[in-house]
Order: sequence, then C-alpha cells, then structure tokens
Amino acid sequence: MLKKISNIGDCGIACDFGDEISKDTNKEVIKFFSFVQDSTKAKKIKGILNCTPSYNKLIINFDLEKIKSSELIQFIQKSDYSKITLPEKNKLIEIPICYDEEFALDIKTLEQKTKLNFKEITKEHLKTDFFVYMIGFVPGHPFMGDLNKKLYLNRLETPRVRVPKGSVGIVEKFCNIYTFDSPGGWNIIGKTPLELFNINKKNPSILSPGDSVQFKSITKKELLSFKNE
Amino acid sequence: MSNYFKILRPGINSTFQDLGRFGLQHLGIVPSGCMDRSLFYLANQLVGNEVFEGVLEFAYQGPLLELESESAEIAIAGKVNFNVIDKNGKIKQGVCNQNFCIYKGEKIDIISTVKSVYGYLSISGGFKLDKVKESISTLVRAKIGSNDGEKLKLGEKIFYNQIKSANSKKKIEFNFDENNTIRVMEGLQFSYFSKESQKNFFLKEYEITKLTDRMGMRLEGEKLQNVISSNIKSEGITKGSIQVPGDGQPIILLSDHPTIGGYPKIANVITADYDKLVQKAPGTKINFKLVDISIAESAFEEYLKRLNNNLNAIRL
Repeated sequence: MLKKISNIGDCGIACDFGDEISKDTNKEVIKFFSFVQDSTKAKKIKGILNCTPSYNKLIINFDLEKIKSSELIQFIQKSDYSKITLPEKNKLIEIPICYDEEFALDIKTLEQKTKLNFKEITKEHLKTDFFVYMIGFVPGHPFMGDLNKKLYLNRLETPRVRVPKGSVGIVEKFCNIYTFDSPGGWNIIGKTPLELFNINKKNPSILSPGDSVQFKSITKKELLSFKNE
Repeated sequence: MSNYFKILRPGINSTFQDLGRFGLQHLGIVPSGCMDRSLFYLANQLVGNEVFEGVLEFAYQGPLLELESESAEIAIAGKVNFNVIDKNGKIKQGVCNQNFCIYKGEKIDIISTVKSVYGYLSISGGFKLDKVKESISTLVRAKIGSNDGEKLKLGEKIFYNQIKSANSKKKIEFNFDENNTIRVMEGLQFSYFSKESQKNFFLKEYEITKLTDRMGMRLEGEKLQNVISSNIKSEGITKGSIQVPGDGQPIILLSDHPTIGGYPKIANVITADYDKLVQKAPGTKINFKLVDISIAESAFEEYLKRLNNNLNAIRL
C-alpha cells in the first residue's frame, strides 16, 4: 500500500510503499508504476518524464513547465489503482549461465564461506525462481531475488576494478548481472553470454521490473558459440 | 556534398547533447542531456535554430576544429576564450555569445572556459547526428547516443546540415550568476543526519573538488554525521540530489547520474539553481540555502522568465 508521498526537489516525488524489501511490497510498487505509465500513455496526466521503481519506492520525475508536484500528488490521491493486476507482459525469462571456473571468479570464497561445495551452490542457484525487483544503476542491470539463506554473502571487501560484462554476481539475497564491464563488489559465480541490454533494439532491455528469471546451466563451449539475436 | 569539420584536438570532455532522453529510467537509462540548459537554448537561438537542436558541449578545454567545406555559421555560448585561425595561420580572438561565419580552411580553437565549466558550440542548420531513443545526447559510460556514444576523438569528422542563407547578426550580453549560494530542498533522508550536521550543512561552505564531471560533483567540507545508516535500500535518483556516503562528504548528482543508488540524500538542488551550480569550477566554495517547494517553484518561474527574456533579446 502507498504509505507516503514526499517531494524530491521541485520536479520529483517519491511514492513510498513501506520499509520492507519483499516481493509483495515490490509488486505493489510495480503495479503502481504500470498505473502511472498507463495514465501517461492515455494522457490522463501530463508532464511525466521518468518513473523509476525500486524495492519499495517509485520515484516520479516531471517537467516543471507542464505540471507541479501538488497537481501530481492530487492526481495520485484521487486515483483508484487498487484493482490493478500486474500486466501479463511480465514474463518468465530463461538466462543461460556458465559456471566454469574461468568465469566463476569467486567460487572458492563462496565454497569457504557458505560451507557448500560447488555443485550444491550451483544447484541452489539454478532452482531459484528469481524475481526482478528493479533495473538500474547502469542500463539494463537487474536486481533479482530471493536466494536461499544458505547462499547469503556480503559484498567483497575490496571491490574489483573491472568485472567483465555478463558476469553473474550474488550479495545477500540478491543476484545481479553486469550489463557492462564495470567496477563492482558482488561475488561472481558465473557468466551469461545473453546480451541483456542493447540500446538499438526497440525494447533495449530484455528484463523489466516484475519479470521472473530462471537460470539454465550451459557449458563453456555453449557459452563461446552462443549467438545473440 | 557533405559539410564537415575535422577534429584536430578533441578537448577534455566534448560530447553532443540536447535536452536528453526520457521515459527509460526504469531500464537504467539516465536522461543525460546538456548540463546548462539555459546556455544550451541560447546557443541555438544565436544561430536561428530550434532551441532544442543538438549542440556540441565542451568542458574546460574545448576542441580545435578545421572547416573542410565552404562555410558555416556558428556561435560559441558561455564565457569562452577561443581563437579563429585563418588559412595563413593568422590568429584572431573570437567573441562568444554571437553568431559568425567561418570559411574553408579556417580553424576554431576553443582554448578554455573562463571562470566556468561548460560552453556550447551551435551551428546554423544543426549537426548531422543520429537520434537514439529520440535524443542525440551522448552517455559515454554506457556508449549510448550520437557519435556511437563516445566523446569527440582526434581525426574524426563532424558533419552538419548546410543552411540556405546566413542569419542576420545576433548577439547577447551574457553573465553567469556569480553568487555561490545554491538553494536546496530537504532530501528524503534529511533526518538521517545529526541535528548539528543538519545545521552545519547550511552554515558551512563546501568546496567543489576536481573529482567533478557530468555524473557528479564531489564536495569537501564539514563532515556530515549520519546517525541512522550510511546505506539505504537503493532507490531511484533524481538530478541534483545530494548524497552523502560513509565518509560524510557530499556528492551532488548531475546529468549523467546513476539511475538508482543506496546512499542517503540530505538535500536536492532546486531546478532554478541547477544551471548556475554546474558552471561553478572546482575550487569554488559554495553554500546551501534551505527553501520549500513554493519558493522553489516561484524561483523556477523567475528562471523561465529570465531565460525567455534572453531568448527574445536575441530574436529582436
């Protein structure tokens, strides 16, 4: 449930759905996100520039020449979005992952810290039904959960200067995929050859907030011969 | 026949920008866009373009360009020290904030911005740039936008659309706001900071450090004491947000900011003061003033009025 609306400067508002990071809270955020997007498309509200869902908040940015925060807040307060169901477009996506030690950069640390062997770790990762809480930081970069408690780990004490694109990392109950070569502190357990982000495609990101993800294990040979569409 | 400049020196951070790319932040794509919006509009107005046409933005030192085609009508907006070098190597000091023509074999040498950071080079008829998701703005970090998402590079060419006839003389007297007070509204996590730090944030000066670019502006000053947590659940970020990581030194997030982040935000710069802020060079000491939404909104009205007056002054 929408608990609180606050201003973020003069051209943004934060819609707060509570403190808990759970799928239920996040689904509320994503439902509300769909509602604002649909209202924008149907021209029921003007001047909306960006909507950014995260675990428990939706940030809405608007064009101050077209709408003021009080008008937007009023629109939200008088709208009934309680009956909205998550749109059907939220889909299940299978993502190939190669756990070969060449790519699973932190597998040794993982084995030590979780006291599980390599096979148990990958088995646990593969059987998880991941939920995409949000996309961001950099383009196309998903934050997914929830991992089994057995795999909970903290961030690396010293982040890597460069994590290769396609690396799959875990921290606490979350799993992410690096969509660009970038610095990072997540524990890397494998690599996907699937290109999650391509700005030149009509829909640049394969994943959207609210989607489900299942990983599928592939061999190094399959990874190397993988062709993106 | 194609019209183009040759890049003899790219400059420090020269990119093509327009107003930015919207509606994609939920996929991790930040709007980007010109840093100083009012100067961007003025640059286009000076050469008779639509005000939202793509321009070349440069920071500190700009590019050295040689015109390879017959002629071009351009303007350089901002406080910029630049020269026009003719075919024989004769150097003439350029005048910014007015349109002028240059001819084949002549060079434009943008030496530096003066007591400011960003300047804009506009061209009558516009540059030939590819739009990516409805904007030509370049986001170098994710290689998105015109010029294959890259900064200007040595030896490349910059193509432009030839205009039919030259515009009449257009110019504007232009001054940056020298005042170093930046107005802000309380951030979402203002209450995370100790009472003393909440006060100090508005009492003390903060110096802009060299670790400043299109993504963010790092400040140095009185350490801000976080009494709750220096990590929050990651949430969407807005341009102008002032986040404070564990070291207690604020960072103002600018046009190429990450789309979500996990540091608490003490304040947000109001829209009316954003252009003024981004033009403050490293070494400048700024201070923050707390305002509420109604003051921020009326300040924006004034900002628009001033901008429109300037645009109209060019038109006349």
